[in-house]
Amino acid sequence: MSNSTIHATDEPATERPTTDEATAPVLELDQVSKSYGPERVIEGLSLSVTEGEILTLLGPSGCGKTTTLRLIAGLERPNAGEVSLNGTAVSGPDSFVEPEDRGVGVVFQEFALFPHLTATENVGFGLEAWNDDAREARVEELLDLVGLEAQGDSYPDELSGGQQQRVALARSLAPEPDVLLLDEPFSNLDVDLRVKMREEVRRILKEAGVTAVSVTHDQEEALSISDRVAVMNDGRIEQVGEPEQVFQQPESRFVAGFLGHASFLPGYVHGGEVTTGLGPVPRDQINGLAGTYDRTRIDVLVRPDDIRAVPVDGEGDGRVISRRYLGPTVLYEVRLDDDTTVQCMHNHDESIPLDTAVRIELDADHELAWFPSDQRPADADE
Amino acid sequence: MATDTPTADDAGDDLPLPTTVASAAVAAAVLLPLVWLVRTALDVGLADAIDISTRPSTVEVFINSAALVVVVTVASVLIGVPLAFLTVRTDLPFRRWFTVAVSLPLVIPSYVGAFAFVSAFGPQGAFQRLLAPLGVERLPEIYGFHGAALVVTLYTYPYVFITTRAALKSLDTTLIDAARTLDHSRWEAFRRVTVPQIKPAVGAGALLVALYALSDFGTPAIMQFDAFTRVIFVEFTSFGRDVAALLSLQLVAVTLLILGLESHVRGNEPLYAGRQGGRTGGTIRLGKWKYVAVAACLTVSGVALIVPLGILLSWLSQGGAEVGRSLAFRPEYAINSIGVSAGAALVAVVAGLPVAYLAAKHPTRLTDAFERATYVGYAVPGVVLGLALVYLGTSYARPLYQTIYLLIAAYVVRFLPQAVGSMRASFLRVNPALPEAARTLGRSSFGAFRAVTLPLIAPGLFGGAALVFLTTMKELPATLLLRPSGFKTLVTHIWTATESGYYGHAAVPALILLGVSGLSMLVILSQEGYDVK
Repeated sequence: MSNSTIHATDEPATERPTTDEATAPVLELDQVSKSYGPERVIEGLSLSVTEGEILTLLGPSGCGKTTTLRLIAGLERPNAGEVSLNGTAVSGPDSFVEPEDRGVGVVFQEFALFPHLTATENVGFGLEAWNDDAREARVEELLDLVGLEAQGDSYPDELSGGQQQRVALARSLAPEPDVLLLDEPFSNLDVDLRVKMREEVRRILKEAGVTAVSVTHDQEEALSISDRVAVMNDGRIEQVGEPEQVFQQPESRFVAGFLGHASFLPGYVHGGEVTTGLGPVPRDQINGLAGTYDRTRIDVLVRPDDIRAVPVDGEGDGRVISRRYLGPTVLYEVRLDDDTTVQCMHNHDESIPLDTAVRIELDADHELAWFPSDQRPADADE
Repeated sequence: MATDTPTADDAGDDLPLPTTVASAAVAAAVLLPLVWLVRTALDVGLADAIDISTRPSTVEVFINSAALVVVVTVASVLIGVPLAFLTVRTDLPFRRWFTVAVSLPLVIPSYVGAFAFVSAFGPQGAFQRLLAPLGVERLPEIYGFHGAALVVTLYTYPYVFITTRAALKSLDTTLIDAARTLDHSRWEAFRRVTVPQIKPAVGAGALLVALYALSDFGTPAIMQFDAFTRVIFVEFTSFGRDVAALLSLQLVAVTLLILGLESHVRGNEPLYAGRQGGRTGGTIRLGKWKYVAVAACLTVSGVALIVPLGILLSWLSQGGAEVGRSLAFRPEYAINSIGVSAGAALVAVVAGLPVAYLAAKHPTRLTDAFERATYVGYAVPGVVLGLALVYLGTSYARPLYQTIYLLIAAYVVRFLPQAVGSMRASFLRVNPALPEAARTLGRSSFGAFRAVTLPLIAPGLFGGAALVFLTTMKELPATLLLRPSGFKTLVTHIWTATESGYYGHAAVPALILLGVSGLSMLVILSQEGYDVK
C-alpha cells in the first residue's frame, strides 16, 4: 500500500484563497518517526502547512495523529526526522526547542482549562510577559472574538461545554502563536453543539488568520472545517489534499473506505469501456485511467449516492440484502449476481422491501476513482 | 523506510534530574537509621542472635504481636466498612453527625484511651466502684491481650472507615444499577461490583491499622501486654541494647511482610479520569433496621469517645492539688509540642514533594523504589526508629544527639509517607494536559509547575502537612527516646504523670492534645474536600 502513499511535499503548492503569496511553509515535518519502546507510532512522516491554512489530520484512533500533534508542539521528542517552524528546526537530530519557546498554541482534547483560574485569567495565562494594559486589552479582544465578553469572571466549571471550548481557543490564540494545534477539539461536545462549533471555530480561526493543524477521527468534521485534509493510517500519511479531492479521488482503498461508504465494483478494461457487473461504463468516466491498464482488471469506486437500485420484475442485477434507515435517507445493500455487494443511498420516502430483485443504475455526474485489482488487500482494511 | 531504530537513551529520558536526585537523597536519609540498626544488630553475633531469636520468650513476643495485629485489623475492617456503608449509602438518621462522631476516635491517641480504659474498667476502677453496690465484685480483666486489642481497635478503625467512605462516595452508582439490571440482587451487586471497587481503599485503611497495631507503644505498655514494642523498650532501658536491636529488626521484618501483602491489593490507577459520566446518588432504605444501625453507631462512638472524655473530665474536676510542683502542668509543654510538630510537618512536605511528584508523574521502577523507601520509614515503629537514631546519634552525630533537630528528623522519617501519600494522590488528580497547556503558553517546566500544578495540589499539600502535624503531636516513644533533656511536651508530661500514677495530672495535657488533634482533623477534612453529607 505504500506505493500509493503521497507526501504533501510531493504535491504542487495548493492554491487556496487564504494564501496570496507562495511562501515557504510555516510548519514542516520531514521524515519524522516516533516510537514508544518497541512500538513504532509514527513512521517517516512528512507534511508541510502553509500560512493561514487549516489542515486536518484525519484517521482512526491509534493511527498516530495525536502523537504527530504532540511532536509538533514539542510535548514529545521524535526519534528521527525533523520538525521545522518558519524554516527553523525545532525538533531534530541536534536541536530541540522547548514547547514554551516554539510559538505553538494547543487546544487540548478536554480543553485543559486551569480549574483554579477564571476565564479571563485562563486567557491571560500565556501573556505573562505583557504589560498589564496590553494584556487586559488582548484578553478583552479575544473574549470578544469568541463571544464570551460576559463570562470573563466565571470559573471553568461554571461554563458550558461550548463556552469552555471558546475559552480554550481564546487562551491558545492569545499569545499570537505561529501555529495553532487542535486535538480532537469537538469530541467533548454534544452532537448539536459540535456542528455549530465547527462553523464557529472555522470562523474564529480564519478571522484570527492563524495557521492551524487539527486532529480528528470524524471525517465529516475534517471535510467541513479544513482547507486540506491529511488522511493518516498506521503512523503514515496516506493522502493529503483538498477535501473534495481526497473524497472524490482517493489514492488508496483505505482513504476511500475511511471517507464515507465505499463499494468496489470489479471491472475489465478494454477499448473505450470498462465492463462491470452493472454493464459497461464509458472509459472517460473513469478518472485518469492510463492506457497501460488496457485489458486488465480494475475495481471502480462507487459511493452510495452514485448508484440507484430500481426494483424489477424477474431478473435484475442483484437482490436487496439489507436496509438501513438513517432518517432523511435509506442505505440499501445489494448483492450482485457475481457476489459483489454495493451500497446505494435513496430518499427516505422510497421503500424497497428486502430480497427484492433490483436493477442498479449508475448515476454519477463526476469521474469515478479506481484501483488496480491486483492491489486488493489480503483482508478488508477496516 | 527504516530511518531509525529506537535509541538506547529513550527509556529514561523523561526523569527530571534535579527532582530525581532530591528523591534519591530523601530515600537515602530515610533508610539510613535502618541501616544503622542492622549494623548494631549484627554486632550481636550469629550464635547469640539465633539463641535470642529462638528463646521461648522471644517466640511468645512474636506470637503476641502477630495475634494483636490480626485481631485488630480484622475487627477494624468489621467495624469500619459497615459504618462507612451506613453513613454513605443508607438513609441512616443523623448521617452527618454520625460521620463525624465515628471518625473522631482517630483524634484520641491510643495510649490516652488505654489509660482511660484501665482507670475505668481496671480493678478498683471507676466502673467497678459504680457497680459495687450492685454486688459486682470484679469486672473482666482489662489488662493483657483483650484490653490491648480492644483499645487499639477502637482508636484505629477510623482509618478503615475514612478510606472506605471515600471510595464509596466516589463509586459510580450507575455501575450498581447496571448490575441490578443484569439480574443481580442487591447483595450480589455489592459482592461483584462494590467490593472489587472499594477493596483497594479498604486494603489501604487496613494497612494503616495493621502497621499501627504492630508499632503501637503506649497501649501494650499501659496494658502490660508483652508485644514487640514493650519488650524492646524494657530491654533498652535495662541495658539490653543488643537484644533491643535484634528484636527491633524482627519487628521491621514483620512490618515489611505486611507491606508486601498490601502491595498486592493496591491499585495504581490515576484518579483524574472520571469525566462527566456517572452518578453517586441513591440511598438504601433501612426501614426497621434503622434502630439497629443507630444503636451500633452510638455504641462504637460512645465507647471510644465517652469513656476517655468522661475519665479525663472527672479527673479535671477532682483536681490534683495533692502532688508536688514538678508534675504541675505548664503552658510551655503545649508550645513545645506545637513547635516540633509544625517543624516536622514543614520538613516532611518539603522532603516529600519530589518523591510524590516522581511517583505520580513518572512511575518507573526507580521512582517506585524511592516512594517505597519512604514507607519503610513509616513502617519502622517509633520505638525502633527512636532506638536507631539513638545509636546513630551517640556514635556518629554527637552534636545532634538530644537536640530538637534529631527529634524532628525522627518525626519526619516516621511520618513522611503521610505527606507523600497525600501529595501523590493530589498529583494523580492533576490532568497531565494542564501543565502541558501551560508549557504551550510560554511557561518553562518549573514555571508551569508553580503556576498550575502547585495551586492544584495545594489541598493535598496542606492535608499532608496537617496529617504529619497531627500524628507528631501524638508520637510517644520516639519523643521519649530522643528529646533533649529537660525538653517536655504534652506527650512526655502525660507519660510521666501516668507512670507515676498521678492520672489527674495527665488530664489537662491530654485534653489540650485532643483539642489540637481535633483541629488538625478539621483541617484535613476541609482541605481534602471530605464531605460529610
